[in-house]
Amino acid sequence: MKRLLGFYIFSFITLVLPILFPDNYYVTVVGLTVLINISLAVSLNLLMGYAGQISLGHAAFFGLGAYSSAIFTIKYGFSPWTAITFGLLIVFLLSYILSRPILKLKGHYLAMATLGLGIIVHIFFVQADEITGGPDGISGLPTLSIFGFPIDTDLKWYFVFALFMLITVLLSLNIADSRAGRALSAVHGSEIAAQMMGIDTAKVKSHIFVFSALIACIAGSLFAHQQNFVSPESFSFFFSIELVTMVVLGGLGSTFGAVVGAFILSILPELLIVFEDFEVLIFGAILMVIMIFLPEGLFVAIKNKVSYLAFKRSKKEVANATS
Amino acid sequence: MPLLEVKGLEKSFGGLKAITDLSFSVPEGQIFSIIGPNGAGKTTLFNLLTNIYRPTKGSIFFNKKDITKLPPFKIAALGISRTFQNLQVFMNMNVVENVMVGCHLRSKSGLFASAFRLPSVIAEEKRVRDMALEALEFCGLKYYSSQPASALPYGILKKLEIARALASKPRLLLMDEPAAGLNDTETMELCRLIEAIRDSGITVLLVEHNMGLVMEISQTVLVLNYGRLLATGPPRDIQKNPEVIAAYLGEG
Repeated sequence: MKRLLGFYIFSFITLVLPILFPDNYYVTVVGLTVLINISLAVSLNLLMGYAGQISLGHAAFFGLGAYSSAIFTIKYGFSPWTAITFGLLIVFLLSYILSRPILKLKGHYLAMATLGLGIIVHIFFVQADEITGGPDGISGLPTLSIFGFPIDTDLKWYFVFALFMLITVLLSLNIADSRAGRALSAVHGSEIAAQMMGIDTAKVKSHIFVFSALIACIAGSLFAHQQNFVSPESFSFFFSIELVTMVVLGGLGSTFGAVVGAFILSILPELLIVFEDFEVLIFGAILMVIMIFLPEGLFVAIKNKVSYLAFKRSKKEVANATS
Repeated sequence: MPLLEVKGLEKSFGGLKAITDLSFSVPEGQIFSIIGPNGAGKTTLFNLLTNIYRPTKGSIFFNKKDITKLPPFKIAALGISRTFQNLQVFMNMNVVENVMVGCHLRSKSGLFASAFRLPSVIAEEKRVRDMALEALEFCGLKYYSSQPASALPYGILKKLEIARALASKPRLLLMDEPAAGLNDTETMELCRLIEAIRDSGITVLLVEHNMGLVMEISQTVLVLNYGRLLATGPPRDIQKNPEVIAAYLGEG
């Protein structure tokens, strides 16, 4: 109970918001972006924050999920759920085959390789226009139904996205407190020591790479159905970078850090619209200030501060009690 | 019967021969020390034994099994663990979590089971935590269990590495300069700890510069010089060996 207290509070807030404000633009429109970005940032954090393996190509798996749904439903007439399954299969095979050679690389080289992956997939979306519709993309996806219940309004989509996001967060929290999560942190902390503790580091890294790609893939399929449209620009290299920024901004290695980072980065541009031309400038400045003064990430910095204060207070109480 | 047997081991880095034609065997149940001047190849030898470096020639047998070409994690699974000269503590975890990683080989839940927190995982978590606390207690670190590793002083971290290695219940423990940087009291404690480890049935292979410690607790001492075996035998013989004295003090 105590372990997941934060999660329960977070779930409550997420699910109550649309009930209180069903017509609010920030909840049902911006909210959808926030929810999908949180899922993606949390899945990327599994790889980057837990295992310490940077990926600048996460948007590729998001895009492959989205395009699989679009292509298999519209061009080949499969049902949405069959298309999602195909997408998962494709992403599973691709990420599994690529994971071992790619994750042998470290640091900058790994960044380069994942960057390459992201760019190649993006080029495929733009250039293979007979399959992907080229730069114009594909529109007109069929309505997704869950247990025969059609998801046809933004409010319904909110709940689907929210549920998916909460499951992602829960899985991520579970992994953190487990043998698998500790193995990932060990790889992050010292790969040599991890191996000497009997951890097959290549296997562990490959598994989390695939796991995180599959989450991004499902997010992509849901996104495509909700948008009713896919086009290459949603899955570009810039979006991959944005996801990395979310994870780092909130605090590398913390699930709720990724949540906070994704929330801020998704909502800030909306709030800064009032500044019009200066929007991007102010956005950049805010990011810089946070990273300069809180390099461990916004959420992690605040959490550390709180636990430090609590520690000081308990020490004081002990001192008072004994004197 | 020797627990560890090294036959004709050789390692060269480009033109430099770090280890040359080295053969020795470590009997079970001993504290077996490897000494030698700086650059003699002691740490290289440890890295060869755990296959972090691949030997140029020769073979290594552990418990009669050829481990020369096994990857480090498989060597660990056979029952060899080690500590490092330059600390390799997981600074991103707290003390008990570090040691829980040491229990990796004694537990088995995978990524999928962990993500969905199946009932087996919950039971295993508790078991692993108890095993880790036991290892911490053995090394006198139980008090620190919930502290973040990054907040602890050097001496404690050295012990933490030992606790982590012990948590895997190895048959052979390789310790690379455990006394380096410790003060006299801490070194004394370390002596008792290493002896307690041996008494618990774990064979200890020790690389150490502190001669007092080596001569006090070892049953066998092996002297390396320029990657070659100079002498091997009980501490008393080694101390009297003229070649060893020459290597350490320079020829007069």
